[in-house]
Amino acid sequence: MKNLLRDPKAYQELAEQKKPRPNLAKNLFTAFVVGGAICTLGQFIQNIYIKYFNFAPDRAGDPTTATMIFIGGLLTATGVFDKIARHAGAGTAVPVTGFANSIVSAALEFKREGFVLGVGSKMFALAGSVIVFGVVTAFVVGLISALL
Amino acid sequence: MAMKVGSQTFTFPSRPVLTGWATVSGPKEGQGPAGAYFDKIFPDLTMQQKSFEKAEQLMMITAVEIALEKGGVAKDAVDVFVAGDLLNQIIISGYSALKVGAPYLGIYGACSSFCEGLFLGGLLVDGGGAQYVVAATSSHNCTAERQFRYPTEYGAQLPPWAQHTVTGAAAVVVAARGSGPVLELATVGKVMDLGIKDPYNMGAAMAPAAADTIFTHLADTGRQPGDYDLIVTGDLGRVGRELLVELALRQGHDLSANYRDCGEIIYSREQTENAGASGCACSALVTLGLLFNQNYRRILVVATGALHSPTSCQQGDSIPAIAHAVSIEFPKGGQ
Repeated sequence: MKNLLRDPKAYQELAEQKKPRPNLAKNLFTAFVVGGAICTLGQFIQNIYIKYFNFAPDRAGDPTTATMIFIGGLLTATGVFDKIARHAGAGTAVPVTGFANSIVSAALEFKREGFVLGVGSKMFALAGSVIVFGVVTAFVVGLISALL
Repeated sequence: MAMKVGSQTFTFPSRPVLTGWATVSGPKEGQGPAGAYFDKIFPDLTMQQKSFEKAEQLMMITAVEIALEKGGVAKDAVDVFVAGDLLNQIIISGYSALKVGAPYLGIYGACSSFCEGLFLGGLLVDGGGAQYVVAATSSHNCTAERQFRYPTEYGAQLPPWAQHTVTGAAAVVVAARGSGPVLELATVGKVMDLGIKDPYNMGAAMAPAAADTIFTHLADTGRQPGDYDLIVTGDLGRVGRELLVELALRQGHDLSANYRDCGEIIYSREQTENAGASGCACSALVTLGLLFNQNYRRILVVATGALHSPTSCQQGDSIPAIAHAVSIEFPKGGQ
């Protein structure tokens, strides 16, 4: 039999075969349920802002987002977020809570390097690309909408 | 004087002795199957230090001090301190060496550092005129995660082939004379890279290096896998272990009877996340904690290391890996 140690391509094929398959059905289901639960909670909070704090329905999204970001940050700081995310995957990553987690976790991690070179410069290490591509996409979409 | 046998194996005719050793771990490892044998288990990951890096330092220096005490060696009697860890500039080893105060050789073999240190210790004692060499290594889940992957609290879903970095440190006193397990011979590995690029799939990246070192070791010494009571690899995890067994089978070596991987031993089944454990401390804790307390006559420890850096992975390069093998004999049939 041929020596796989001399044949990177054949070895890579074998390694691919031996990779355990992620449980796609379970992962999709958990992501759907957790992501859905987060959005339902967001809707619940938004309704509270409309009903009890007299926000106009089209303006209630702002305090709701801020509240969800606060909850995401709090769960990150208390060490709960990553435990939920381990199972929920995209369910926690896609809503604004995931964005909050990426910033707060980086800020926590690099606090010991000081406020300027640590927190200040590393805080957006993960979220930075979301902002950059978010802004670029918004610009392109805005341009298209202006031309149409 | 150490002698070279075959292409990559060195024997130590003066039979350097491991007279003292120590294992220090974090909480999760302490609750695992090897935990009962550890010398010290810290109940939390910060270990009451200001940073995880300082906690890792504390583990390494604690391991060295306990090993010296158990070996009955004073700090100023240490001829050379050999140490390696996973962090940039092997800073944990540097600070520990400062505290040990002995002449220091820093090594980087990623998670193969344990066997690299043992080999150098054997070499220095066997032919270099050293009486006492201390070899130490450490890893900390939170320091390694932040350097190689994401911040500790970042919520990421890991693939089933990912491994969990072990929190722990270990140290061994290699002495010219005394009683204890004997460093019989060692095979220094070559860097292997078969093009695996996924930094989560380190088992697959390292399995060829482990295979190459084991095959070379067997060819150099004329031994069979059955000549060892146990062959262990450092931290291939489940995926890497399966690949190694397959690679061995295709080369006509049957490892099914007496081969295991430390990455699958250190945590209990319930504790194991994804494919198992990794980290410098993985092979060291399992070997010195668990295996040294079994009734073995001779074991082969093959510590495996992935030599990639975060930069090399981000730039799309594949993962170079290495494995060093050390044969340890127990004259009393275990301790």
